[in-house]
Amino acid sequence: MLFCCGLYCILVKRNIIKIILGITIAEYAVNLFFILVAYRMEGRAPILSSEVEIVNMVDPLPQALVLTSIVIGLATTTMLVAIAMRIYEKYGTFDITKIKELKG
Amino acid sequence: MIELYILLVLMIVGAIVAIELKDLLSAVISTGAVGLVLSIVFLIIKAPDLAITQIVVEMLCFIILLRAILKKDLPFSKTDSWLFNTFVAAGFIAMFLFVAVKAFKDLPEFGYPIMRVANIYLKEGLAKTGASNLVSSIILDFRAYDTLGEATILFTAVIGVLTIVRRIGRKKKDEIVEEDDE
Amino acid sequence: MSKEQEKGMSLIVKVITPFTVGLILLYGIYIVLHGHISPGGGFAGGVIIALSFVHLMLAYGKEVALKKLPRKTISFFESTGALLFLSIALIGFSGGYFFLNFISKGEKFRLFSAGIIPFCNIAISLKVGAGLFAIFIALVLLKFEWEKKE
Repeated sequence: MLFCCGLYCILVKRNIIKIILGITIAEYAVNLFFILVAYRMEGRAPILSSEVEIVNMVDPLPQALVLTSIVIGLATTTMLVAIAMRIYEKYGTFDITKIKELKG
Repeated sequence: MIELYILLVLMIVGAIVAIELKDLLSAVISTGAVGLVLSIVFLIIKAPDLAITQIVVEMLCFIILLRAILKKDLPFSKTDSWLFNTFVAAGFIAMFLFVAVKAFKDLPEFGYPIMRVANIYLKEGLAKTGASNLVSSIILDFRAYDTLGEATILFTAVIGVLTIVRRIGRKKKDEIVEEDDE
Repeated sequence: MSKEQEKGMSLIVKVITPFTVGLILLYGIYIVLHGHISPGGGFAGGVIIALSFVHLMLAYGKEVALKKLPRKTISFFESTGALLFLSIALIGFSGGYFFLNFISKGEKFRLFSAGIIPFCNIAISLKVGAGLFAIFIALVLLKFEWEKKE
């Protein structure tokens, strides 16, 4: 459901910073969804300690993938912010309907 | 389980607040709050690696977003061109929800995942690698290619940002002088 | 106004910062080194190390932080991190397949127990930390020059 909020925000809003926020929120939603798939009721964290019981751990595989995905999301947001600052410098505004000069 | 639902509702409220506010500063702070609540949800789902990483990455993202807003914190007060934009957006969302509902019927129930590959990781993880943290052993030994790919992505992001920043016409002489001083 | 802002923050922040920066750096190194025993690992530890330098820079202004960690050193650290990771992988390649775990595993739950994994964590943390700090410096420098151009 968070993904719907992010998607709505990307499509409708006109301010570029709001679009970046929408992409960030959509990304939180996707990561959360991956982890929610891998939850086992009454499970334990996937870290072994001195008493070893392997019976009831949550799924460690999506956690590894989402760990990578969080850091990649940070890199994406950073590049979007850099591009947004360049656009602001060139056009003076953040409104995407005013940025019509998409020359070659 | 009820705290999980409360936190999910809180995240949805935070997301709607972040989108609808006209003041950019408050919208960024609200996004920061959504990320913080997400990290607490990760703790409840019993994934401590992800909770640590999510808090720290959220802080860095927050600082960078604040830097972006610092010059221009005007309230954005124009209204969007209502009808056409909203209809198209509603159409897309409806299509997405339809596909999502059809796909969600195939997932296993919440709380009882099918772990075929992960069972092998759980049973043989300690014997084959000797690491106690199973998530670390997955991302660095069983699936180390993914970690290599991520290192490449970070490198590319750094090069990309430095390229976008460095494209300055007027200050070239000052920059060259500054680099020669170091 | 930007010149006063670059000189650093108020006095309270400047007094507390030497203690907290060292603490954050130590905590980050702890998370990286114990990546195979308790949660954390290379990525989170690397980001924490980058955050400690960012904290130093936010409290004291740009020039002091850049004097402590100049630009060439940052790029050196990042390239070293990437090359170290690749070289560990390639040495494993000579044994069997690509990422073979060749150092002998000691007893469990001790610090040096898990083969290549601690070295990989250290290499990744160097790369992530230096890379994120370079991005932050780049974004700040851009803003500074934009405001100077006005």
